[in-house]
Amino acid sequence: MAETNQPLITLRSVSEQFGPVCALQSIDLHITKGRTTVLIGPSGCGKSTILRLINGLLQPTSGTVEFEGKPVLPANVIELRRRMGYVIQDGGLFPHLTAGDNVVLMARHLGRPTDEIQRRVEELCELTRFPLEGLNRYPVELSGGQRQRVSLMRGLMLKPDVLLLDEPLGALDPMVRSALQTELKSIFQQLKQTIVLVTHDMGEAAYFGDTIVLMKQGRIVQQGSLADLRERPTEPFVREFLNAQRSLAFP
Amino acid sequence: MRTLLLLILIWAGTDLAKAEQAMVGSKVFTESYVLGEIARRAIENAGVTCGHKQGMGGTIILWEALKQGAITAYPDYTGTIREEILKVKKEVTVEELRTELARQGIGMTHELGFNNTYALVMNRQRAGALGIRKISDLRKHPDLRLGLNHEFLRRKDGWEPLARKYELEMKDVRGIDHMLGYTALANGSIDLKEAYSTDAKIAENNLMVLEDNLNFFPAYKAVFLYRLDADPRVIKALKKMEGTINEELMMKLNAEAERTKDYSLAASLYFGEKAQKIAQGRTKQMAGKIAHWTGRHLLLVGVSLLCAIVVGVPLGIWASKPGIVSQIIISSTGLIQTIPALALLALLIPIPFLGINPITAIVALFLYSLLPIVRNTATGLQDIPVPLRESAAALGLEPGAQLRKVFLPMASRAILAGIKTSAIINVGSATLAALIGAGGLGEPIISGLNLNDHATILEGAIPAAVLALLVQFLFDFLDRFLIPKGLRLERTVR
Ligand SMILES: Nc1ncnc2c1ncn2[C@@H]1O[C@H](COP(=O)(O)OP(=O)(O)OP(=O)(O)O)[C@@H](O)[C@H]1O
Ligand SMILES: [Mg+2]
Repeated sequence: MAETNQPLITLRSVSEQFGPVCALQSIDLHITKGRTTVLIGPSGCGKSTILRLINGLLQPTSGTVEFEGKPVLPANVIELRRRMGYVIQDGGLFPHLTAGDNVVLMARHLGRPTDEIQRRVEELCELTRFPLEGLNRYPVELSGGQRQRVSLMRGLMLKPDVLLLDEPLGALDPMVRSALQTELKSIFQQLKQTIVLVTHDMGEAAYFGDTIVLMKQGRIVQQGSLADLRERPTEPFVREFLNAQRSLAFP
Repeated sequence: MRTLLLLILIWAGTDLAKAEQAMVGSKVFTESYVLGEIARRAIENAGVTCGHKQGMGGTIILWEALKQGAITAYPDYTGTIREEILKVKKEVTVEELRTELARQGIGMTHELGFNNTYALVMNRQRAGALGIRKISDLRKHPDLRLGLNHEFLRRKDGWEPLARKYELEMKDVRGIDHMLGYTALANGSIDLKEAYSTDAKIAENNLMVLEDNLNFFPAYKAVFLYRLDADPRVIKALKKMEGTINEELMMKLNAEAERTKDYSLAASLYFGEKAQKIAQGRTKQMAGKIAHWTGRHLLLVGVSLLCAIVVGVPLGIWASKPGIVSQIIISSTGLIQTIPALALLALLIPIPFLGINPITAIVALFLYSLLPIVRNTATGLQDIPVPLRESAAALGLEPGAQLRKVFLPMASRAILAGIKTSAIINVGSATLAALIGAGGLGEPIISGLNLNDHATILEGAIPAAVLALLVQFLFDFLDRFLIPKGLRLERTVR
């Protein structure tokens, strides 16, 4: 309750209805500055919908989504999106642009100076350990892991206030995935970045998450640290979910 | 961009109306070509420069062109004027026709001297074997196959009233081009066709003219129709020809035109000149002529395609969004595509500012080119995967920038394919432009068809086919520059 940190993003009793489908029902969620919030839950529980509401790709059916205390509305959404990075499962890179052009598309569109852009790209390549010469390649010419690095660079290019990651490692094979997990974590720590990460892997959630938000069928079941979830489950589902994940990994 | 387009359009329009002080038109059959050419020469001899739009189409097209002033004069027949143009009763006298025409600003010369009425003809041996001499004899032979030209099929003094008057119940009646009909008759694919009584083919193919024993066909005395506001010298020149061509001479001129495949030779015969051997210079001239037709063809295709791109791509973008508007756009452009080219031309002609000229042809070609461009643009955009759409929006690009920087480049392959399809269809369809005197490679094709001359047809058909191939190559080549490399790689990698 006595949070000193003002939340960056707040969802107040947000519901989202797609025709007859109720994707989210009365969600209350605070995303704290400088911390990593992980959304986890079974497929179809509404994790991606929350990210889409935050960056304004969707408008809530009821309730409000606030960014720094101001509601996210169609009128200000374009401006706000430029302060949020967004990375999806297989990168969402535009196939007609090279890796480099994908990364700098937005900065160029905003007319940022060329040398500033150049410096930022070099910085990001170093951070994500992406080879500079790879920037001239097209997405089809890159491996899945490389695509994710490029996508991450694109998300970070404008130094966003928050990075929204929707299963960023979901499409990768286990070896690459685990290597990238380690790297991502160190990147996040270096940047002291606010992160909202969606996953359905409990191990990944535990590895990254300062706060874990467990969801089920459009509702938040419990949120807190891994220890909270493990030791003080609010519903039998929490234990079931943790157990199911464990037995999958270690049968 | 828009002004450039306008300039091209204006240029295309004025190009045709250039220089000549008078313009003669003719319908799509040999006799009309010959008479048109004779009139052109007579007018030039009177000191007025004069052009000749050959084989512009059927009666209605020529009549509209005359009224609109696209042509100054053209040859027609009293029966046609009565039945098709003024749509009055048989009893109306020639003088009454003249007064009625004058009210519409059109004059009519006296008879040129021959009657070219319709007739039904069939192979002489076959007629003999079946014992057919008169049209009423056909009642006993309902199984005979008739190949009638399209105008005759529809005319008020054509097939249907004829069949009613003679109480004929023929089972197999189809439409076929007048000249092709003679070939069909010769090789036995039809038994009977319509003919003009001065057709050179009647004697040439030893055909039998069935007696019109109920006097159905009205008189078709040849005359010239002209605009009353024409240069008096033009009118005088036309009137000088009254009573100078009898049936025998006309049949001879027709036969000469068909034998030499050159109606200007036949026209020289009328003026008593020795049919000079123009043929020598022909091959040399031909290259020039083909170049001229091709140039005009490219102009028609180029202007109409450019307009179709400028209009079609935005329409396609609009149609790519879900909703009722999109369906309206797609189905109305689709509807245009189903109108036969000829019908579309005929529908456009009466619209103000269009009429018988290249602009009408360009408008028709433009309308035809729309569908592939609109549909491909729309589906190209719709096929972009949702995650990529969302990524573009999530970056913070404005909708316009999303379209320009992401969606259109990603749909470029589909859009270009649509433009290519349109261009190729357009090269083919543009041959029909010649029907309304807009020129292009259709000109030799249509006159070849009417002279039954394969060489002339090929002069248009071969360059048109080559042009279609070149257009295809050009676009395949353009793909390399206009489709982003990343998309081309995608295709080879996957
Ligand atoms: N545009 C849409 N139209 C209709 N239903 C939708 C739409 N988007 C999402 N849904 C539905 O809303 C629910 C939540 O979807 P969401 O994509 O947020 O799930 P998720 O938790 O991200 O699942 P996954 O782990 O499989 O990605 C699902 O039942 C889904 O079918
Ligand atoms: Mg999801």
